[in-house]
Amino acid sequence: MNFSMRYLSRKKGGKKLDFTDALSYAYLILGVIIMFGPIIWLVLSSFKTSGEIAKFPPRLLPYRQQTAVVAGYPEPLPLYLVTLEDGSTQTLAQVRRVGLEAQLVDPLNPGKLIKVNINQRQPLESVYFGLENYKEGIESFNFGLYLWNSIVVTVLATLLTLLVNSMAAFALSKYKFRGRQTIFMVMISTLMVPLSVVLVPVFLVITNVGWNNNLLGIIVPAAATPTGVFLLRQYMLTIPDELIDAARIDGASEWRIYSQIILPLAKPALAVLTIFSVMWRWNDFLWPLIVLSRSEYFTLQVGLASFQGELNVQWNLILAMTVLTLLPITFVFGFLQENITTGIATTGLK
Amino acid sequence: MKKVFALFLLVAVLLAACAPAATPAPAPTAVPATAVPPTEVPTAAPTAEPVELRFTYYADGVEADVMQPLLDKFMAENPGITVVLDVVPYKTIDEQLPVQLESGSGPDLARITNFGAYKAKLLDLRPILADSAYYEANFPAPILEALNYGGFPDTLTVTGPYVNKTLFDQAGIALPGEGATWEDWTKVTEEVAKATGVQYAISIDRTGHRFAGPAMSMGATLINAENGFTVDTPGFRAFAEIVKGWHDKGLTPKEVWLGAEPVNSCIGAFKSGQLVMCMSGSWQINGVAKDVGDAFDWVVVPNPTGEGGSTGIAGGSAVVAFASSKHPQEAAKLVEFLIKAENYSAFSAGTLALPAQKEVAAQGVAFKTENPVVLAALSAYTAEVTKLTEQAVALNVHPFAFAYYRNSANRIAQYLTGELSLDEMLVNLQQDIDKAIAEAQK
Amino acid sequence: MLLPMNGIRRVKNLFNRALSPLFEFFVSIADLLFGTLQRLVGVRGMPYVFVLPNLLIFGIFILFPMLLNFVYAFTGGASFLPLERPWAGTANFDRLLLCENYLEPRTCSEDLFWRAIYNTTGYVFFQVALMILFSLVTALILNRNLKARGFFRGVFFYPVLLSPIVVALIWKWILQENGLINGILTSLGRDKIPFLVNAQWSQVLIILISIWAFMGFYTLILLAGLQSIPADLYEAASLDGANPWQSFSKITMPLLMPTMVVVLVLSLIRAVQVFDIVFAFTGGGPGTATLYLVQYIYSYGFSSPNKQFGLAAAASLLMAGVLIVLTIIQLIVRREDE
Repeated sequence: MNFSMRYLSRKKGGKKLDFTDALSYAYLILGVIIMFGPIIWLVLSSFKTSGEIAKFPPRLLPYRQQTAVVAGYPEPLPLYLVTLEDGSTQTLAQVRRVGLEAQLVDPLNPGKLIKVNINQRQPLESVYFGLENYKEGIESFNFGLYLWNSIVVTVLATLLTLLVNSMAAFALSKYKFRGRQTIFMVMISTLMVPLSVVLVPVFLVITNVGWNNNLLGIIVPAAATPTGVFLLRQYMLTIPDELIDAARIDGASEWRIYSQIILPLAKPALAVLTIFSVMWRWNDFLWPLIVLSRSEYFTLQVGLASFQGELNVQWNLILAMTVLTLLPITFVFGFLQENITTGIATTGLK
Repeated sequence: MKKVFALFLLVAVLLAACAPAATPAPAPTAVPATAVPPTEVPTAAPTAEPVELRFTYYADGVEADVMQPLLDKFMAENPGITVVLDVVPYKTIDEQLPVQLESGSGPDLARITNFGAYKAKLLDLRPILADSAYYEANFPAPILEALNYGGFPDTLTVTGPYVNKTLFDQAGIALPGEGATWEDWTKVTEEVAKATGVQYAISIDRTGHRFAGPAMSMGATLINAENGFTVDTPGFRAFAEIVKGWHDKGLTPKEVWLGAEPVNSCIGAFKSGQLVMCMSGSWQINGVAKDVGDAFDWVVVPNPTGEGGSTGIAGGSAVVAFASSKHPQEAAKLVEFLIKAENYSAFSAGTLALPAQKEVAAQGVAFKTENPVVLAALSAYTAEVTKLTEQAVALNVHPFAFAYYRNSANRIAQYLTGELSLDEMLVNLQQDIDKAIAEAQK
Repeated sequence: MLLPMNGIRRVKNLFNRALSPLFEFFVSIADLLFGTLQRLVGVRGMPYVFVLPNLLIFGIFILFPMLLNFVYAFTGGASFLPLERPWAGTANFDRLLLCENYLEPRTCSEDLFWRAIYNTTGYVFFQVALMILFSLVTALILNRNLKARGFFRGVFFYPVLLSPIVVALIWKWILQENGLINGILTSLGRDKIPFLVNAQWSQVLIILISIWAFMGFYTLILLAGLQSIPADLYEAASLDGANPWQSFSKITMPLLMPTMVVVLVLSLIRAVQVFDIVFAFTGGGPGTATLYLVQYIYSYGFSSPNKQFGLAAAASLLMAGVLIVLTIIQLIVRREDE
């Protein structure tokens, strides 16, 4: 009982590894397995052929059957480990299978055909990380163009989001003006309504603005996120007003105050909004799907979804392309990890 | 006044801020450049305005890869026309295309599956085609009528069961013959599964489309005299009870009907060798051949028989031109090109799809495969086409076919989990379809 | 871990050095423009200038479509052009709200709507409770003086970056009948577990997966709350002879409360909006076991065979109404806190 109590309390000093520390590490290591394990499984699966993906039980690593070139046969033959009638096992190459009977030859002595029941042979396989899925996936659509579109959308939308959200947050946190409360309340209210329930009117609006099949149609509408305004406003409230007053006395313009006092001080909150915006735009699927129907504007997420036909889903390609789309965001995260985690921590989101 | 001016200025700033976005965005010229074949030389047609046709396309497999060379050939023959194939997720065809068309921002052509849903939005090709008689003579009339003569079926599919023959051989049980019923197949596949230690005996894809075939074979008449739907028929009930029996007895992989995809297939379980019989359709042949490889022998067997016959359900996709297209002449030209026996046949051959074009069907398609199993399966399905009943053809071109397909998949799943009784399921399903039809006709 | 960290820092410095002149340039150009504006509207007009760009985009692309939903909700037909839709009065609302017995979805005219409401309620309750529990435990542990804390923080946060569709895909690959876990069970000679086709399993798993996907975010917020508690409070308490449990319940919990409320509200909002993960993971099944409200609305709103925009809009208005009431309550509660 005492352990659990100490476990809940803050650790003071911390010189020796005691029981609660061990328990904490155990929890964290279990956490690493649960958090990363599934992603590793995804990566491993992405190297498997569509046939192997369908197999049960699934195997951890991707395998390919070994083959051998046998004299007298134009194509390489698949190799099997065969249990012969005398109980011995031998590696043989299969020529063909007829019903329940497999016909094999010894690769070293291809003259004689050996016939066995199919249950007496085991395919000889080896681990093989083939890039076929990746190659086929990249080649089956204009990967470079879609990647470029995704990058353009993500970067520009994020910059625009940072700009307009921080300007609005500045106004809402540092000025007293008529309508301030109303604007804030209306924005907060819409925070509650998910996009998926207003798809039809959104489509109507986009069409009337003429931004169908235009990257602007995915860059601009997403920029005015209520979440971003909320987050930045809450953070800017903690910046003391005295700084602003002092700057005004020095004759600084409002824009200078915003750009050279408020923005630098709001850096942690801006870092948090940056990663969220990058993540939202990079992963966004529903909005591009509504706005875009011409392939020259497609983003990676739309391209990825086009492996889903009506009757068939090309899982092997989806897995491989999913891994590819994860790479940039993982990279950005690795790059900004410290800023993000400390950013969220210092923002506190009060 | 000052404030108004300021606001105006700000809007201008905003627009200016957005403008740079347009420049790095890939110029549209980038794509036609890749799509235009090298043979197209600007000197070929100096007077004609170059026309760009947008062709919204979805693919279940290699269709887009087979279609592109055909389009390249078309563009080489018609230097003034560029066709851009926009390969989209099927979801876009299903959900976005209808609203796009309604708002007037649709493409010139598209590949669709919901034959009866577009009607007035399709371009009547008959007056524009150079040889309309050829077009009308070479495709089944009910399909052309459903399409308002606005396009043609580029593939024909038919539903029918796949059977793992190796498991039958291992169990030492003979395949049931032509006249076997669904009860017979249930019994025999259960025996095979038991004898071979395979987990599952029998299954059917999750959609009202696949479900309708067996139901109709057992006597169901889905489409009533007023061209509406009546689901509560003895045949429909009987097959629903059979499927429920599979689930209750554990004969079937439950993820097919209770899993996530809107249309879920049993073919995955079949490919893994864990399922003796999977009721799916002709579009799966290529994938089954590829993924099963040498693991076991499989065959396509005739649809089981009942008092309503032995019918699958027709299906497939259609290439259509829209009335809203600004280039009806060019769109018609492309359709005319694609329905030519030589080109149509090339598409069927490359995609291993059954042809709906009569001349091509009569000539026979030189399918691009040497795999005898695939060829056998293709001819087995071709035989199923001739057995389709009138209702089985009419269902797929019905304007509200999809309301039946989707709602029945969901409602039947509720019956299979025990959330609804059979009677409740039928009442609810009937209401769903009626409401969808009533709302659309308002 | 240390060497690349240094490298990253160096790259970042380079980045900053390259970007700051660019930023300066942008600021001075914009200053010309905003300076002019300020002369026109005065200091008191400037907040409107600052809020305008955001407000314009927000108004056109977020607020206006939501208001359009009112038009859809009171009209019928399959057309999506508001002017072509015949007036339907409250017919859509009547259909949604007509029930013989509100506790029994099958007696309702729109049985699926009510099933979705009950499912969503259950999901929200358990998901939020467990989410807070897991994030709190993780935050408490990460708040201790442990090695590699930064690394572990990053690990728990990483899934937050994944798109819901990828999250669903990953877990489906693990939990489906032919997935990893059943593969392991089979090779151990055990029976498979019907994770995705059993109503209880799929309901529980949806909750656990959404916690997996998003707990990192709440953990960081709670961690921030924990770190803002002054350490000398604990020292004083231990001098007074308080045991760890007492200092947890008397210091940590009360001082963490404001942060807990933030987490509660944010997770509540997200939970009510649950859609993509479930749609891709179970599709609402088996049967209707994981059919939640947003999916119900989506399937009538944009998905083609049912195309009953009016019904979807009416349902979304009912949902938004409830949510806005919840938010207002939350704002009032928080104002009292302050």
